[in-house]
Amino acid sequence: MENNILIFDSTLRDGSHAIDQKLELTTIADYCREIDDCGMHTVMVGHGNGLGGSSIHGGLLKFDEIEMLRTAKANLKKTKLGVFIVPGLGTVQRNLIPAIEAGAEVFNVATNCTEATGTISHVNFLTQKFSEVYVVFMMCHLANAPTLLEQAKIIEEYGAKGLILMDSAGASTPEMVKENISTLVNGTSLKIGFHAHNNLGLAVANSYTAIQEGATIIDGTMRGFGAGSGNCQLEAFASLMKKTGKPLPINLKKMFNISEKIIRPIMPRDCGIPAVNIASGMTEIFSAFIIPVRLAAEKYGVDPIDIFEELGRRRAAPGQEDLTLEIAQSLSKEKK
Amino acid sequence: MGKKLRAAILGTGMIATDLLIKLQRCELIECSIFIGRREDSEGIKIAKSLGVATSAKGIEAIVENPDICDIVFDATSAGAHLTHAPILEKLGKLTLDLTPSKIGKMCVPTINLDECLCCSNINFITCAGQASIPLAHAISKIHPNIEYFEIVTANPAQAVGMGSRKNVDEYVHTTGDAAELFTGATKCKILPTLNSTEPPMTMRNTVYALIENPDLKEISKAVAETEREIKKYAPGYRVVFGPAYAKGCVVVAVEVEGAGDYLPKYSGNLDIINCAAIKTAEGYAKKVL
Repeated sequence: MENNILIFDSTLRDGSHAIDQKLELTTIADYCREIDDCGMHTVMVGHGNGLGGSSIHGGLLKFDEIEMLRTAKANLKKTKLGVFIVPGLGTVQRNLIPAIEAGAEVFNVATNCTEATGTISHVNFLTQKFSEVYVVFMMCHLANAPTLLEQAKIIEEYGAKGLILMDSAGASTPEMVKENISTLVNGTSLKIGFHAHNNLGLAVANSYTAIQEGATIIDGTMRGFGAGSGNCQLEAFASLMKKTGKPLPINLKKMFNISEKIIRPIMPRDCGIPAVNIASGMTEIFSAFIIPVRLAAEKYGVDPIDIFEELGRRRAAPGQEDLTLEIAQSLSKEKK
Repeated sequence: MGKKLRAAILGTGMIATDLLIKLQRCELIECSIFIGRREDSEGIKIAKSLGVATSAKGIEAIVENPDICDIVFDATSAGAHLTHAPILEKLGKLTLDLTPSKIGKMCVPTINLDECLCCSNINFITCAGQASIPLAHAISKIHPNIEYFEIVTANPAQAVGMGSRKNVDEYVHTTGDAAELFTGATKCKILPTLNSTEPPMTMRNTVYALIENPDLKEISKAVAETEREIKKYAPGYRVVFGPAYAKGCVVVAVEVEGAGDYLPKYSGNLDIINCAAIKTAEGYAKKVL
């Protein structure tokens, strides 16, 4: 199946929330450089609450938002730079124009889900020059499908290209996602997207449900790095898409590496699933193999994910943990 | 009561209509014409039902018949006021601007009412400005060198009309600029939000003043005095939190309950700016009548 799904990577935006907005420029540079050839449509960068969000009330940024954007832009060649803005918290003159000058080309204009009209001035300004203007309906669990459709028609009229439902409180059930997304896909000509949170452990599942109902944008974060319980973990979501025969044109192996090497070390609390556990699920190996696999990987200096892949090829059953040492040893020999 | 000052109201949105109803109770001012752009607008219908003269000709209604009013309340939009201001200036009408246009003299009645009465165009900043700047000003009287303020302004979505939504950036810039002007701070960051919950929330503003060693006792006295002064013209104004010290800031929060004129009592945002404008117009009326 051909995939037309766009991944909006909000790691360096929603992730800011998880570290009280103290994102380092070096993290932005490292992350952008590495993620650039992974197949993300856009990388969103900045304060968790978007442009203009830096405040005592919502958390002070460590660096100026424009400096953050410039740092990202300097390290992105293929991937677009995106910004998030809540009209009023950020304004056209003071935030959007400088962000455009810093290289932003994808725009998520956010408003609470019943207040579509609140985006009018910003969407009108942006659509004069840019095609990739999306409206984000925050706290989308608050409205039912007919209300969301009515609100969506307002932003369709303003000329937005798409609409992303943001489950800000992680309070949407799969049934709600199903009904809301299908209503919007069938009732508008907008590109529809979903931004999940994991408060009920449903971020990846709800994102997958959104795709099944016709959504074509998934807004998530590496390792689920984000506010509260975290977001739709992109490498887990991408793995699920691969498993279900709808692989995304992305570099999954490299994403696993970025998840472990760049994001895990800056997380105050790991709210994501380690790459090796995702690999365990993907290769359909009994979850408890993780301990012997890690041990064998360490002993022979090999990647535990490679061990899981070989275990998967051999269709190892529970009780065959003894295979791990042998596999690790032969992988180590191959390496040499 | 004797003669009343005759006021035109430009605009038929939520602020304009609320103002119209408030003026029905005013002893010094009456609405002599209520001016919109559409004959069938909700505001025009309400004005007609109150027996107030109406027009759908916009500013032309005053240009064609300047004697229709002594003063003008402009509750249209910042953009429209740019056009209206020079016309009204030329006609010699005292203009009370309820849009965030920043053209006229910025007025907070508890701070600079008398000064404003000498000006031909008086601007009422924004509802957030009217609710929060007096608090920031009171704090800055005790600590004159505060460099940084934040103001959180949460409004019930049900009481924020389309004009205000289109003007969201102007609302933020004007509130911030005015707060800087009145407090002498270098920077005042405005954080607006709308909440559509049912039943509606009451308008609420919180001021954060970055101060190292605050004199909370003196600040409390100054804030209480400000609250008493504002209550004289906006009775629903009340401090609901603080002054307290948190995050390196003195924090004070207020809620404004409205009189329930055009919209129910939650819409304190309409009241705080309209009450300020009426208070000022009354000051002018006392001078000229």
